[in-house]
Amino acid sequence: MKESRALPIAVALAILLLLWYAAAVALNWTQANGDLLATMSLAKPLLPAPHQIAVEFWNSTAGQRIDSKRSLIFHAAVTASSMLAGFALGVAIGLLLAILLVHVRVLDRALLPWIVASQTVPILALAPMIVVVFGAAGLTGLVPKAVISAYLSFFPVVIGVAKGLRAPDRLQLDLLHTYDAGRRRVFTVLRWPSAMRFLFPSLKVAIAAATVGAIVAELPTGAESGLGARLLAGSYYGQTLQIWAALAMASLLAASGVGAVVLLERLVIRARGGRL
Amino acid sequence: MSDTTVEARGLDLVFGDVAALSEIDLTVARGDFVSLIGPSGCGKTSLLRVVADLAQPTGGTILVNGTTPHAARLARAYGYVFQAPALLPWRTVERNVTLPLEIIGLPKDERRARACQQLESVGLAAFARKFPWQLSGGMQQRASIARALSLQPSLLLMDEPFGALDEITRDGLNLRLLRLWEATNLTVLFVTHSIEEAAFLSSRIVVMSARPGRIVEVIESDLPRGRDLDIRDDASFHALAHRVRTALRAGHSYG
Amino acid sequence: MTRNALPLLFGVAVLLLWQAAVVGFDIPRILLPAPTEIFAALIADPSTLFADLNQTFFHSTLIGLGIGCASGFGAALLVDRSPFLRRGFVPLASLAGALPIVGIAPIAVMWFGFDWPSKAAVVAALTFFPSFVHTVAGLESVGALERDLMVSLAASRGQMLRKLQLPASLPFLFAALKVNSVLALTGAVVAEFFGTPTVGMGFRIATEAARMNIDRVWAMIFVVALCGSGSYAIIALAERRLAYRS
Ligand SMILES: Nc1ncnc2c1ncn2[C@@H]1O[C@H](COP(=O)(O)OP(=O)(O)OP(=O)(O)O)[C@@H](O)[C@H]1O
Ligand SMILES: [Mg+2]
Repeated sequence: MKESRALPIAVALAILLLLWYAAAVALNWTQANGDLLATMSLAKPLLPAPHQIAVEFWNSTAGQRIDSKRSLIFHAAVTASSMLAGFALGVAIGLLLAILLVHVRVLDRALLPWIVASQTVPILALAPMIVVVFGAAGLTGLVPKAVISAYLSFFPVVIGVAKGLRAPDRLQLDLLHTYDAGRRRVFTVLRWPSAMRFLFPSLKVAIAAATVGAIVAELPTGAESGLGARLLAGSYYGQTLQIWAALAMASLLAASGVGAVVLLERLVIRARGGRL
Repeated sequence: MSDTTVEARGLDLVFGDVAALSEIDLTVARGDFVSLIGPSGCGKTSLLRVVADLAQPTGGTILVNGTTPHAARLARAYGYVFQAPALLPWRTVERNVTLPLEIIGLPKDERRARACQQLESVGLAAFARKFPWQLSGGMQQRASIARALSLQPSLLLMDEPFGALDEITRDGLNLRLLRLWEATNLTVLFVTHSIEEAAFLSSRIVVMSARPGRIVEVIESDLPRGRDLDIRDDASFHALAHRVRTALRAGHSYG
Repeated sequence: MTRNALPLLFGVAVLLLWQAAVVGFDIPRILLPAPTEIFAALIADPSTLFADLNQTFFHSTLIGLGIGCASGFGAALLVDRSPFLRRGFVPLASLAGALPIVGIAPIAVMWFGFDWPSKAAVVAALTFFPSFVHTVAGLESVGALERDLMVSLAASRGQMLRKLQLPASLPFLFAALKVNSVLALTGAVVAEFFGTPTVGMGFRIATEAARMNIDRVWAMIFVVALCGSGSYAIIALAERRLAYRS
């Protein structure tokens, strides 16, 4: 008897929208000289009303040619490319490290604390360095941004997958031992399938992190295109509507990333007969 | 105060399309030791929860100590021993036992004195400072009994309290419980799956059947007070156990 | 002690290799300064270092973290009273946690100015959602029997919260704190890219990188890493002292 979540979510959304409108009216009150309707139609409001953001979003997506510098779709595509490249790189590194950690005890003890510590270094502190180092090697544009994304997204994968690869219990491992199965066989028939349950939650966190990484990476790299660049430009010129529209697009990007992982998860679940 | 502790008339409890309880008529007099026995899923826990005001009946009436279960709960009229120990892992054994006393707002000295006494009576005095995970399953269950008794309730509700214990430990705890009941004016409503346990402890045994959960038979025990474990070899005990078993079988063939 | 020896050994080995490689292969300092040079840069200008630390860590990060965690906790307590609201808000909050919230930094600057309050606001917004989601999960984590026990004792709502739900959610609160301590520092540093008075660790890193003073950049990275690992370690230690075994 699973209770429906649609109604509560709709109510919660309605509450948030109402609060937003109230906040917009309150914050824009002086700028609009106390005109209630004007509070929701200013050109550079302190807080735009939700429908203003929706209109701006529509105008800068459907209202522009896709290759135009004013098109949010163009900027989203730029950010998406470094996000996806970074995600792929991060997942690859994460999987590799997880497999190493599970199979080589010394590495597990020596490396794991440093992997954890690596995440306590804010990526942006490293970002200028990464740009400089890669720039000196002649790599600019996509590569440094993808590396920054990868730095954020490999971590959940290592932790989650390492846990998953260790999930098989003594009995199952012993069973395979009685078949005289080697490490590789144990990995393919037991460890890897067991890790699936942990892999997908990690991937969801990883792709969300990759999005943040891709956007944040555009700030110190002096990028002219991409959602982060769009945020920066909006902030220079006080274009609040442009900032919020870019934020909406960034959220959409992150949400579709997570959605894609969920979809993949569903496919795998179906292939495995309804369970992970 | 009235002489009946629990008085249920035509009690119904329905979960969706499952009739957990159906037309339950049950009277528990003060000082009774009533055991509920029946197949798994016949509604024993449900009946206990209705008495405790943890579940609301969908039909019929029920009085506890002459008032509604709700009023009885607010008056802290009963102690409940759950099917599992349900000790709070961040509290020592002693502070688990004093939890009910904290809730009713007793002063600290009084709380400690009572906890000490209850832990003594279940043989856990030496473990007061230990945490639940440092105790065996049987010791945890004893701690939870001490917790239920710390309020000094007139009614004790026990849901398979000894279900997970080994036979010898169970015998010991059974005897302790019986002595406690004999020495005080306690009324006990006791759920069990064991015919022996029911026959040994009870003054009355309520046999239930499943789907819908109803009472098949109420058997009065004719065993003497002050009995001890050896009585289980007597013919009178065997006769009682046989009656319970027969009633249980009859209940099974119902559904 | 031996448990920590191995990673420590590994760290020292990396440092030695690093020093040897930089000196031995004469790597351009623009690419990678030697650890000794970074250390020299670290102690060269303690007053600036302290001002940056004070601005970014002790103001933006810690104050923002406090506000974010406390408000997430408070909101969770409110929502815990209504299962309906809980079912509505928790999925939204989990989704919001996956969104790039740092992006509100330029807006925070418009609202709260260039100084640390705008950075603290970003940090608060970032840390609110993990705090909220974890607290709700913690309050809900109480077992059915334990809940029944408190109800059977006619415990008040406050007693239910203090004696059962809050202690039970302690592991969840620590998990949220760990996630948030890292998020907060990231947020504070990132927010400084959208305008700041001429002080702060993010600002310092950006300007020194632009001036190609790479040793100073690395020194600052080291300080930031120390702040991050330090707060993480303190939380982990507190957890070990407070958390119970079950
Ligand atoms: N919260 C609930 N929601 C739906 N159905 C329930 C609920 N609690 C109990 N039931 C149903 O009511 C019936 C009686 O359950 P109850 O727990 O009272 O049985 P029981 O006699 O205590 O069984 P056992 O001996 O296994 O503990 C069962 O069929 C059970 O599935
Ligand atoms: Mg039961």
